[in-house]
Amino acid sequence: MNDKLKARDAGDVEEAVRWALAEGKALEVVGRGSKRALGRPAQWDGALDLSALSGVTLYEPEELVLSARAGTPLREIESLVDSRNQELAFEPMDHGPLLGGLPARGSIGGTLAVNLSGPRRIKAGAARDHFLGFAGVSGRGERFKSGGRVVKNVTGYDLCKLVAGSWGTLAAMTEVTIKVLPRAETEMTLVVLGLADRAAMTAMAAAMGSACDVSGAAHLPARIAPRMVPGLARAATVLRIEGVEPSVIHRMRALAELMRTHGELATLDRERSVALWRAVRDVTPFAQQGPAGTYPVWRISTAPTQGAELAAAIAQRIDAEFIYDWAGGLIWAVLAPAEDAGEAVVRAATERCGGHATLIRAPAAIRAVVPVFTPEQGALAALTARVKQSFDPQGVLNAGRMWAGV
Amino acid sequence: MVAMPEMDGAVLARREEIVAALRAIVPGEGVIASEREMKPYESDGLTAYRQMPMVVVLPDTTEQVAAILRYCHRNGIRVVPRGAGTSLSGGALPLGDGVLLGMAKFNRIHSIDFSNRVAVVGPGVTNLAVSTAVAHAGFYYAPDPSSQIACTIGGNIAENSGGVHCLKYGMTTNNVLGCEFVTIEGEILRFGGKHLDAAGYDMLGVITGSEGLLGVVTEITVRILKKPETARAVLVGFASSEDAGECVSRIIGAGIIPAGMEMMDKPAIRAAEEFVHAGYPLDVEALLIVELDGPQAEVDHLIGRVESIGKACRATVCRVSSSEEERLLFWAGRKAAFPAVGRISPDYYCMDGTIPRAKLPLVLRRMRELSEHYQLGVANVFHAGDGNLHPLILYDANKPGELERCEAFGAEILKLCVEVGGVLTGEHGVGVEKRDLMPAMFSEEDLNQQQRLKCAFDERGLLNPGKVFPTLHRCAELGRMHVHHGEVAFPDLPRF
Repeated sequence: MNDKLKARDAGDVEEAVRWALAEGKALEVVGRGSKRALGRPAQWDGALDLSALSGVTLYEPEELVLSARAGTPLREIESLVDSRNQELAFEPMDHGPLLGGLPARGSIGGTLAVNLSGPRRIKAGAARDHFLGFAGVSGRGERFKSGGRVVKNVTGYDLCKLVAGSWGTLAAMTEVTIKVLPRAETEMTLVVLGLADRAAMTAMAAAMGSACDVSGAAHLPARIAPRMVPGLARAATVLRIEGVEPSVIHRMRALAELMRTHGELATLDRERSVALWRAVRDVTPFAQQGPAGTYPVWRISTAPTQGAELAAAIAQRIDAEFIYDWAGGLIWAVLAPAEDAGEAVVRAATERCGGHATLIRAPAAIRAVVPVFTPEQGALAALTARVKQSFDPQGVLNAGRMWAGV
Repeated sequence: MVAMPEMDGAVLARREEIVAALRAIVPGEGVIASEREMKPYESDGLTAYRQMPMVVVLPDTTEQVAAILRYCHRNGIRVVPRGAGTSLSGGALPLGDGVLLGMAKFNRIHSIDFSNRVAVVGPGVTNLAVSTAVAHAGFYYAPDPSSQIACTIGGNIAENSGGVHCLKYGMTTNNVLGCEFVTIEGEILRFGGKHLDAAGYDMLGVITGSEGLLGVVTEITVRILKKPETARAVLVGFASSEDAGECVSRIIGAGIIPAGMEMMDKPAIRAAEEFVHAGYPLDVEALLIVELDGPQAEVDHLIGRVESIGKACRATVCRVSSSEEERLLFWAGRKAAFPAVGRISPDYYCMDGTIPRAKLPLVLRRMRELSEHYQLGVANVFHAGDGNLHPLILYDANKPGELERCEAFGAEILKLCVEVGGVLTGEHGVGVEKRDLMPAMFSEEDLNQQQRLKCAFDERGLLNPGKVFPTLHRCAELGRMHVHHGEVAFPDLPRF
């Protein structure tokens, strides 16, 4: 059977999980379905659809807090907070372009379950850092909650952290509470032109080590930059400054002074800056509609200063293009097609430089045999399995989405 | 008083053998077994609770920690980890049949990496020492609990410590990237590192704030930040706490996130002023300190906005610091508020609830009623930006019955915090102190799920038992599934 159970409320979710437990079934937990092509494709007996659990249940701008049912479209939340000059400061990326789906289709629950973030990660953190509380149903068919609706809370274990980035394998969230923050009044971007990858890492480290409060630091190599900034013909190292206008002007000046010795400079005004960082966030040069649309894409997290070296280690062995975000700490790599999607090369380079790699785009047949997430071993793998079992002993919820059995 | 788990007579009977085994793991002076030398460890910052440990061990390598935990695990001996012992919730309260594992010797800063903006430190390094070590390059470590001179980074991980600047810069959990971690079975694991997103489940995220119940951290990678160019503070006085609360809401509503935003009520203002002479006005009901940091141009711009919001909220006093000395003076009173209250009362009991900020006037009013009911005074200091309230209940432990009355009053305050949509503890932790209040906030299912996670790390319940959870269940019992095959009907859900 391959049923799709459409829950109307938390009670339905509980009932569905209890039924699956009794029948020995495994369920795919689906919000609005925008991320189904991510992760390890496992065999599920049916889908638990949470898209009808929709709607903002509390929004108090002065308290910086918003609660919503898990299936609420992210877009709805973003436009609501935008109307009060606020935002989700972790700048969640939209996988739509990369995976060939429609843009802006995700839910808030999915955003948190995958622990999304964007270029502002270096300053404001990821979804996990803004996740205050949730209610959900465990794989034991029990409704439970964790956290609260206040920013400062150390009562009990911080299960929000564990659930953020668990890819729906621990609990089916039914309602979530997040922190919202004021949106910056304006922004500008400083561009350092023509840097080689290694020199760009050095420049970005200098910018991040300044008091300029840079909120985005990315390096677009020469083959990429023209596709992201119209009119550019050289590599572009881009640094974003956000805030109130007098502050932005002041810091742009200070940052330009600091970057002068690194290369020729240019400036992007607010409008061009906003468009650029959206493209960096969503990795649009690697979009499925683009020239490398069918090629595998990896997302690699490493120490920022290691970015260029790690990419070079990959490029030595396989045809690849890169975009560096997070001052070099996040590498998006698109590789020439290979049977293992380049896994051996990527893992070896990551092993050498530190960090971890996730296979974001590849045909399901490849993701079924190539580990999507960095494999765990020994005591760590055993702990992960015990944590999974503590929430979901029979593997009802998304089992196998991360690793076999998890 | 909260009851601790019953002592294990079989373990106590083997004390000498256990001490000898620990001495074989940690040679020299690393094992303390004499009554006199163990005395300093009998309590932490929550001094109303005291208990001598069975033995104290002070390892100085990760391998020793692993060997100690492996030995305790094999022999069914309880372990209480301890940093500097500054916990205000009794998190490091020893057990009479337990090993007190002191991490003070892990006090080395291993490396500082300015290019990646991280420092790798031992858990016994004090919070302030991290900032001091990177200050020469203009960096600092953002979380700044008021005990930062003494408290350790390891303890900060255990409690997920905050501080006055966490509204803008986050708590410990938002400022750590990696750790080395020893399980009760003696396995050494690493989570995260210098990269921003860790692989797999966010174990570091759940260890942070776990109060020493999941394992022992032996090394930590923390983020360091460049110091802001400048900081200025505004002192704003109000004739009512309602006006002050409105001012806080309007500042945030205007899109301003101050580096710190603190409120004091009249008794706290008076005590602080008499103690440090910070120049606080004594004719106001509520006083706000609003600090802005960043580039000069930004701070000057925003200070002006804060001033006008204050005036619009009927502020009776509004003073902007004109020098670094004056800014520090504004803070001196607030930072000395606890000892200042200590001067006007033989004892005080510090509470730590968080509330949605809009509920402040209601909570203060109810607190005044409770104060009359229990016949005990209360002074309030408040991290106004994030709703974290620190009522200080004034009492005299030498007067029979006052401690009990004070604890009952405190429990009422915390239940009130939960009732208005807040939580039991914002930054001090549950420990033993608020353990039995957990059911006020969590259902049995909520607590069971948390304990099941504990079981995934420590199945035998040897790490810091008696803290956080009001009822200890056996893991086998918690893990049992009640599944009735074939008896659950197909759910009555729409199907497609």
